[in-house]
Amino acid sequence: MEQTENIIRTLAQAGLDLPELYQCVHCGLCLNACPTYRVLRIESESPRGRIHLVRAAAEGRIELNEGFAEHLNLCLMCRACESACPSGVKYGRIAEAARAAVGPPGSKLARGIANLAFTQLLPFPSRLRLAARLLRLYQRSGAARLVEKILPARLREMSAMLPAVPSRFFAPAAEVFPAVGARRARVGMLGGCVMSVLFSDIDNATLRVLRKNGCEVVLPKNQVCCGALNVHNGETIAAKEMARRNIDAFLAFDLDAIIVNAAGCGAAMKEYGYLLHDDPAYAEKAERFGRRVRDAGEFLFDLGIVPPAAAVEMTVTYQDPCHLAHGQKVRSQPRALLQAIPGIRLIEMNTPDRCCGSAGIYNITHAAMSQALLQEKMGSILASGAAAVVAPNPGCMLQLRYGAKRYGPPVEVFHLMDLLDRAYGGA
Amino acid sequence: MIPGALVDELRAIVGRQFVLIKKEDVIVYEQDGSILQAMPEIVVVPASAAEVSAVVRAAGKAGVPIVPRGSGTGLAGGAVPAEGGVVLSLARLDRILEIDLENRIAVVEPGVINLEITKAIAKDGFFYAPDPSSQAACSVGGNIANNSGGPHTLAYGVTVNHILGVEVVLADGGIVWLGGRVPDTPGYDLTGVFVGSEGTMGIVTKAVVRLMRARESVRTLLAVFERPEAATRTVVDITAAGIIPAALEMMDQATIQAVEKGAPCGYPTDAAAVLLAEIEGVREHGERAMALIQSICRQNGAREVRLARDDAERQLLWKGRKGAFGALGLIAPNYYVQDGVVPRGKLPEIMARVAEIAERYGLIIANVFHAGDGNLHPNILFDMRKPGELDQVIKAGEEILKACVAAGGSITGEHGIGLEKKAYIGLLFNEQDLEAMARVRRAFDGTGRFNPAKLFPTPAGCGEVRMQPGKIPAGLWI
Repeated sequence: MEQTENIIRTLAQAGLDLPELYQCVHCGLCLNACPTYRVLRIESESPRGRIHLVRAAAEGRIELNEGFAEHLNLCLMCRACESACPSGVKYGRIAEAARAAVGPPGSKLARGIANLAFTQLLPFPSRLRLAARLLRLYQRSGAARLVEKILPARLREMSAMLPAVPSRFFAPAAEVFPAVGARRARVGMLGGCVMSVLFSDIDNATLRVLRKNGCEVVLPKNQVCCGALNVHNGETIAAKEMARRNIDAFLAFDLDAIIVNAAGCGAAMKEYGYLLHDDPAYAEKAERFGRRVRDAGEFLFDLGIVPPAAAVEMTVTYQDPCHLAHGQKVRSQPRALLQAIPGIRLIEMNTPDRCCGSAGIYNITHAAMSQALLQEKMGSILASGAAAVVAPNPGCMLQLRYGAKRYGPPVEVFHLMDLLDRAYGGA
Repeated sequence: MIPGALVDELRAIVGRQFVLIKKEDVIVYEQDGSILQAMPEIVVVPASAAEVSAVVRAAGKAGVPIVPRGSGTGLAGGAVPAEGGVVLSLARLDRILEIDLENRIAVVEPGVINLEITKAIAKDGFFYAPDPSSQAACSVGGNIANNSGGPHTLAYGVTVNHILGVEVVLADGGIVWLGGRVPDTPGYDLTGVFVGSEGTMGIVTKAVVRLMRARESVRTLLAVFERPEAATRTVVDITAAGIIPAALEMMDQATIQAVEKGAPCGYPTDAAAVLLAEIEGVREHGERAMALIQSICRQNGAREVRLARDDAERQLLWKGRKGAFGALGLIAPNYYVQDGVVPRGKLPEIMARVAEIAERYGLIIANVFHAGDGNLHPNILFDMRKPGELDQVIKAGEEILKACVAAGGSITGEHGIGLEKKAYIGLLFNEQDLEAMARVRRAFDGTGRFNPAKLFPTPAGCGEVRMQPGKIPAGLWI
């Protein structure tokens, strides 16, 4: 098996003697919560197993070889184990640290491409928009249809997973938008990298919903991608730089909260304090920043929303994004908001907080596992009888839309802000 | 050493992907929920009874030990491969094969998670009674091996009371049925013999389990005490009054504080002890029994007596109780759990003794236990990385077990003997008793290859058992 240049570095040498490792008493309560363990039923694909591997590596008992890396990389980072753990072990930190030691997943080529994206694309909004424009051109020129005919099956699937790039990106005309009616709060808002180019309508909807609920909304010009994808895949240098830029951009304003409408980004930004804890210039600011971050649904629930007037007649089920339910412990608030919309009927599916298999770039790096989980999820949605799924996170939305097309049932997929916006009369 | 020919044969049986031999693949099977470790040479994960049988045959031909493993949540080292060989994981035999509500039985494979049975039938108003605290993760096969109990053991009995029959792979690879689909099959009660045999007699590949009708009403009460003796005295008084609660659990302050630190469940962290009492049955019975329990709690000086308002509060209280072991990781890196049993009337006395032992050794002992059964779980907290601490912990644990036996009790209520307590089984049984047991074992497995070095106080084996992360003190456990 091909060995990476990282093999020689043990975790101990990498300075990774994490206290979290010794908080795990291997009781096993996490096993059945773990999507990959449920599918494979092998201990090394479970949270307890992965923690034991990292611990064994930290103690110098095993090498950081390809096998070790693959066990860590098969993890979705959904953090369902953190919800199940009675001991409060922060598995995410352990796994991120281990991934940082072994480098990004995939073949040498895939790793190279991922690294390029993490360091040269995501931190630069203008490059990201350019890439999205090229993708749009590819999709609209008919090239996509032509190319898909000649692509190998795996790449054809990937091409089909890509959402249609909208005509307009989220490009706010101003930095500060006044509240509609009396001002109840002053908030910042993250446009987001994927959100602002692929889901610009949801960013616009979020902006309108916040304003109609009495929020003055600040969209700092200098904000960038939050760096979550980097952190999850073990890239921390560019991630830290992105965090610093966002901290500077948002803390320049006096804000009651920093609103994020993507679960993955919200979880990462709430944890900036940990990411930058060893940066003396930013540690304190990062903590302060993290305390202000709120998921859009979480914030609006706490604020108390203006009762929506328009009815949205729809039977929906709610998919808990992992980084909202497990990462931020936000479960009841989005459901309460949905039920506040006249006409919405919310029915629960089986295990709504189990990962759909999207998991950042996981559906590309580990397609087979991702598809197995997606099929199971689509089965739960079918059994619920709902006509639509609400999942307030872009990764989940892309995955579920692909699932609806590929496996059925042909449900519509919405962001919570989509439906709230409709109930407030939209644009 | 595992011969290469055996590896090839096992791969042909279960498929390459499910024969693990690389160090990073097998090292995760060196431990279970206990503090003991031993490295497996090879791990095999079959998916059917036929594959289990073929694996047993192949291992038999090669003369290697077989250590069956469920979810690996055991607390006595039962799944730790003390003499190396093949660890045989039953995790992929995870199907519920049949649910027959009319006859109140289900047929399940051994890798089915305990709680999944109840989840599958709850909507029809049924449940599977044995409820170990690890029920969200532990397997039915593991429960059978250890004859596991749980909080509701008090009212419903332990696993053996809920298993009607088992399909078992014997040492020669033969597949036999013990018991069946109806209670009281004629002849020897071999199901009763097999349940609790800790993997030393054979490997379960199917089980017929008894299903129970959910009760009309369930009430849960939390009583808060300023002194631990007041709580244990209350337990004695409740049972003396003729009330059999469905569950009667106790947690002391150290445990409460760990639980609340992990995930707040509504337990007061300044209490010396709490009791969790549950009454199930018809509504009128529940009301009367609860009123009586409340007054007994108050008579014994309970500071607060609170009925759970709704199902959500009930679930939260139980979540805290069932996560208690795991939560101890928040206050210490290691815990050594004892599983002693005493006659209920001796509870106040034994608790005082445990406290005295803790103080004398300078150790913290967190108590969480099935008080109604007199089944203690004193968790001795420590840090394996501190030199010498483990020796003290083991000595303190031994004193507790001896005190339980002296009080007319036992060294294990539900966790099993495994590797961890086999040095103490002699406290309960003499040589003739043990030889009678050994003869029964030999009748099932004449080769001694099924889970060797467990249960019986055998001399040291050839494998290496360690207590993580340092080596096990020589001669202590085996």
